[in-house]
Amino acid sequence: MSETMVNDYLNCLLSALPADSQDSGSQDALDWVHRLRNEAIDQAGQLRFPTVKDEEWRFTDVSPLATLPYKPAQKTSALGLSDIQPFCITESAHRLVFVDGFFSPELSRLSEDDQFMIGNLASSVLAKVSLAESHLGQHVQFRDDFFAALNTAFLQDGALIMLPENCVVSSPIHLLFIATQEQTTNYPRCLLIGERNSQATVIEDYIALGANAYITNSVAEFSLADNAQVNHTRVQRESGGAFHIASSTVALEQDSQYRSVSITLGALTSRFNLDVEFNAQAAECTIDGLAMIAGRQLADTHTRIDHAKPHCTSHQQHKCIVDDSSHAVFNGKIIVRPHAQRTNSSQSSRNLLLSGKAQIDTKPQLEIFADDVKCAHGATVGQLDNEEIFYLKSRGLNELAARNLLTYAFGAEILDRIPVPSLKHTLEQAVLNQTTQTTRTQNS
Amino acid sequence: MNINQNPIILNVDNLHASIQNTEILKGINLTVRSGEIHAIMGLNGSGKSTFAKVLAGHPDYHVTQGSIQYEQKDLLELSADERAQAGVFLAFQYPIEIPGVANSQFLRLAYNTVQAKRGKEELDPLEFDDFVREKMKLLEMKPDFLDRSVNEGFSGGEKKRNEILQMALLEPKLGILDETDSGLDIDALKIVAKGVNHLHHKDNAIILITHYQRLLDHIVPDFVHVMEAGRIIKTGGKELALELETHGYDWIHNDQKRAAGAST
Repeated sequence: MSETMVNDYLNCLLSALPADSQDSGSQDALDWVHRLRNEAIDQAGQLRFPTVKDEEWRFTDVSPLATLPYKPAQKTSALGLSDIQPFCITESAHRLVFVDGFFSPELSRLSEDDQFMIGNLASSVLAKVSLAESHLGQHVQFRDDFFAALNTAFLQDGALIMLPENCVVSSPIHLLFIATQEQTTNYPRCLLIGERNSQATVIEDYIALGANAYITNSVAEFSLADNAQVNHTRVQRESGGAFHIASSTVALEQDSQYRSVSITLGALTSRFNLDVEFNAQAAECTIDGLAMIAGRQLADTHTRIDHAKPHCTSHQQHKCIVDDSSHAVFNGKIIVRPHAQRTNSSQSSRNLLLSGKAQIDTKPQLEIFADDVKCAHGATVGQLDNEEIFYLKSRGLNELAARNLLTYAFGAEILDRIPVPSLKHTLEQAVLNQTTQTTRTQNS
Repeated sequence: MNINQNPIILNVDNLHASIQNTEILKGINLTVRSGEIHAIMGLNGSGKSTFAKVLAGHPDYHVTQGSIQYEQKDLLELSADERAQAGVFLAFQYPIEIPGVANSQFLRLAYNTVQAKRGKEELDPLEFDDFVREKMKLLEMKPDFLDRSVNEGFSGGEKKRNEILQMALLEPKLGILDETDSGLDIDALKIVAKGVNHLHHKDNAIILITHYQRLLDHIVPDFVHVMEAGRIIKTGGKELALELETHGYDWIHNDQKRAAGAST
């Protein structure tokens, strides 16, 4: 791709920025947001659009994006509650809905409980400026991540969850991001700040209603203070023509625990970066993922766990199921810094090929500079086991039903870890339907 | 040996089968009538388990000669699932573990699939739950068997009981038990045997594949066949198993030599 093309692309995008964001003269409380945004605009201008020549983007060709200079989406109010009903999560008392990146108070449901703060960035930051300022854009590496820089440059609004000290939110917080406009780009943003001893479960959910070809460029930042505990379920079920580029960054303080399950089902091309940083001792993370794709989909997951401090624990299991001509990429980097003794880390990448044309690229990448550590990792790529198929057939299931059940079982191990039963059930059905779309399900 | 004129369920004629061009079965002849229990004994490598897998339709084994008639139909024409639907059941020597699928889900799927193919009523989850719990009592299985993943983390005895439970659900016409007694302690063996005896009746037949006489103390066969090198080399009544237990398999060769010597 030529330099001119990329520059054109960026100019085209940046020219679409609302005028007020360029206005740095105002003295209001959001001055720092403008500064952050301007910094990101500069960064985006200096960073190169990634190509397959970049190691981090070897398998994921995003060049089609540069030829699709989708303008930022505009604010609409076309959706009603009945539209989003199928996606609502019964256990969740707190729901924040963003339509094309814009907060929709009508579709959201906020608790009266004021003990913790959940809302949209634009209206919430005013209340807790210093706290938001010290976290927003401070965890994600937009200084060397082109798409995160773009997201920050276009920062308008986003989901904000601030959990005060000792605050335990028992009901899951549902963040629902809906794309509705064809050939536009939306820039969702999340920020969670968990103060000492706080606990919450967050569902970050990407769907489409009425749009097929569009771009989602999202950034999420999670900051957990001492002994905070967060469960994070991320569901990417965008439409089949969409591009989904996302970065999540998690910063962990002492004794904090972060558990995440990331499910990738949708989008034509998706890229998910997850960075976990251990900033203090004895923190723990469990990050599990499942990508199940077919057709000509590409799903790329890049994770990076940075054991910068001693006595931290990380567990990771990532699974991919690829059918037809789809292509899944997993790159799991684990860094253990020289002084990060007593690190305990495990990583497993298991992959299931359902078709001769499907492709898997998996790369566990361990960089260990400490000597007193326990690090286990493994990667497998395989097909369905013939003995298992025979066992099921000998019980009366036909070939297809047997294959579908085994495929489902492969994914179910990850789905089982979703802490919200109704969402788990919905996704199990989605996976079952995906495996049985060519046939009548035998499970009546 | 009792004389049985019941309908023939299975007729195996000069069966030869290979895996990866190695011939394992070299001419098996066997007739099984309804109401009968047949035991097939023999040393490791004699072809017993291969015979069981060929009957169940394992795709890795190729029949190169001979025929298998099952209820007057050509069994070799049917795929493994069609055989199961038609009433052939193999209890596996090493049942497969399927993490991620609840046993109850699997059992109901198998049951309903077979019921539908036989034109019988399918059961919804609640109805099935009652139905399967009743069958589980027979095998003294704990209710948590239903919630666990299929065979995952089951002990050897639990896996074998789960196999017999499937047999109880699928009500086969021909049940083939491949070393169901191996790895069982005496209490588990008695429970499994009791279950098999309960499931056996005049309209079905059972083939027991075993190394040891002790299973046959609890499930009494009408016929005992001894396999060696891919063939049935001797057939007798239940007393044959006792003689094998006392004298060992070499005794057959000596016995045959004596017989050969006497005939000349």
